[in-house]
Amino acid sequence: MATLLEIDSLQTHFFTSAGVVKAVDGVSYTVDEGETVAVVGESGCGKSVTAMSILRLIPWPPGKIVGGAIRFDGKNLLDLDEQGIRDLRGKDIGMIFQEPMTSLNPVLTIGLQLTETLMAHTDISEAKAQERAVELLGMVGISEPERRLEQYPHHLSGGMRQRVVIAMALSCEPKLIIADEPTTALDVTIQAQILELMKDLTKRLGVAMIIITHNLGVVARYADRVNVMYAGRIIESGTAQDVYYNPKHPYTLALLKSVPRMDQARQAKLDPVEGQPPDLSQLDGGCAFRARCRFAVGKCAEGYPPLEKVTDTQSVSCWEKDNLEEKAS
Amino acid sequence: MSTAIDAPGRDDSQFRSKPTDEILIDVKDLKMFFPVTEGVFVQTVVATVKAVNGVNFQIKKGETLGLVGESGCGKTTTGRCIIQLENATDGQILYEGTDLTKLDSKEMIEFRKKIQIIFQDPFSSLNPRMTIGQIISEPMEVHNIISDEGERRTRVLELLTKCGLKTNFAERYPHEMSGGQRQRVGIARALAMNPEFIICDEAVSALDVSIQAQVINLLEDLREEFGLTYLFISHDLSVIRHICHRVAVMYLGNMVEMADCDELYENPLHPYTTALLEAVPIPDPDLENARAHKVVKGEIPSPMSPPSGCVFHPRCELAVASCSQSIPEFREVKPGHWVACTEV
Repeated sequence: MATLLEIDSLQTHFFTSAGVVKAVDGVSYTVDEGETVAVVGESGCGKSVTAMSILRLIPWPPGKIVGGAIRFDGKNLLDLDEQGIRDLRGKDIGMIFQEPMTSLNPVLTIGLQLTETLMAHTDISEAKAQERAVELLGMVGISEPERRLEQYPHHLSGGMRQRVVIAMALSCEPKLIIADEPTTALDVTIQAQILELMKDLTKRLGVAMIIITHNLGVVARYADRVNVMYAGRIIESGTAQDVYYNPKHPYTLALLKSVPRMDQARQAKLDPVEGQPPDLSQLDGGCAFRARCRFAVGKCAEGYPPLEKVTDTQSVSCWEKDNLEEKAS
Repeated sequence: MSTAIDAPGRDDSQFRSKPTDEILIDVKDLKMFFPVTEGVFVQTVVATVKAVNGVNFQIKKGETLGLVGESGCGKTTTGRCIIQLENATDGQILYEGTDLTKLDSKEMIEFRKKIQIIFQDPFSSLNPRMTIGQIISEPMEVHNIISDEGERRTRVLELLTKCGLKTNFAERYPHEMSGGQRQRVGIARALAMNPEFIICDEAVSALDVSIQAQVINLLEDLREEFGLTYLFISHDLSVIRHICHRVAVMYLGNMVEMADCDELYENPLHPYTTALLEAVPIPDPDLENARAHKVVKGEIPSPMSPPSGCVFHPRCELAVASCSQSIPEFREVKPGHWVACTEV
């Protein structure tokens, strides 16, 4: 499969009165056509900021993309002018946000919001746009689509609103969809419905997807490849199987051990990652995880370990990656 | 009734604090209806939300009962009724034989020392203008547990240490702390009263996984050390399985199933429980590929106009004609395994 999106050493920093917060500090990953890539990590690890950087939605001040490149379909998105990036948003790259109440405009009808995107990006008459909107709502499983077009977001439940957002994201037949915690605000049975719908539609329409989440179960269910982020960098990437069955970074290992499993009787107490994530404005040159890492050695303080390939599909950023297995046992 | 720790294959040592046979809390036919009013000056009741519609359960001393369900199922309201933050519409809440619903506010004060609650949101449950030390010592002051200020201070530091916080946190304010640290403060505040029973209302839901595991372990350590009884309210089925002895599943104000923890997860009977378990993704890619991913249809109906008969029937695969007419009885199908469904 051809590479659709390539993020190369992206750096997005926030210049605050308390100092420079390096929210994203050298992130690189690729997304192939039609594949689903997960970015997983805890609050403040930079997973959302990376996604917002792709569409250049970082508000300045205080945030700014200070380095790197984002190549999409051969173009560097960071070189586009304002009109160029606006043409791309919602057309070639669709976006689904976490909170469906805030990503829809409460004073506009569903129909208007759906047709607005269509008419902004394509040469389509209003009547045709209406038809397409009805078709889209039907596709995402909303009953009585004609009637829904006249309704406002508050008439719909959270799950229904997220379906509308998905319909909007898909409306201009994008090549890539960025889904930022798309189901975090939803109940489990509704979450399952929405994720199943997204998986089904992306596979059927051949759309690539970046799914950003903190939920390791969601990643296991839906992602082809996984990037694990910590303190503004990717610390491990690989196929879902690589990362879950053969984690090579101490943080990934610790993260997997700290989640209780619903499918297994309780074996033992949880094994949490001790301590807190670091303050992103106080990072030194060393590995950001070393303070919480039980495998840390002297070298970890000296320099940040590069993200290096350990197999064809898996890369890890850890000085001790080759000794990890031996030390863990 | 057998408890989870008797279940075969379970490593008993991991549940060191075992439930006793003594019943601490007995909730009988609890109902909590909220009126929906209209009008600015003259308010008329236009509808009732049956947030909790007749639930029955008991919690033994030393036991952790999990209360699980989706938004609007009434799990939080049930917890708030027990600690008398809501005045139940009907039913009894017997705490060691005393009906808490019949107590006046003065009499309830005594019980408030025994029953504490930890809230979900560590950002809104702490007063931003008070230091952590003041937050933890306030209940001791109010309830006159320790009248001497110096002693109170010693106790605060002891509680902070117990909850894994540095003693210098006593001088800090909530905004200086992370979510996990704030939740530890909430736990320390609850412990200040030497309670017997703690209601944990989504106590770890707002935390990141690595921090969540720390707080879960803390709650378990405290349970063991002080012989605490928990009502653990959560929507997270994985956390519930890890921490609870027994689990009750709620849907739209009704209890649909209750059983020992492993029994419920391995032999779920109610179609809603099955659907719920099916919906939760498991952090294991091969296992996920092998699962059917059956999705329950429809959405949760409004609690203002719940379906007739069994409230789950419009979404249920097993539903038959009678399901929409009569409310299924909550019956014990196996020792300790209760279910409200006629078709299982």
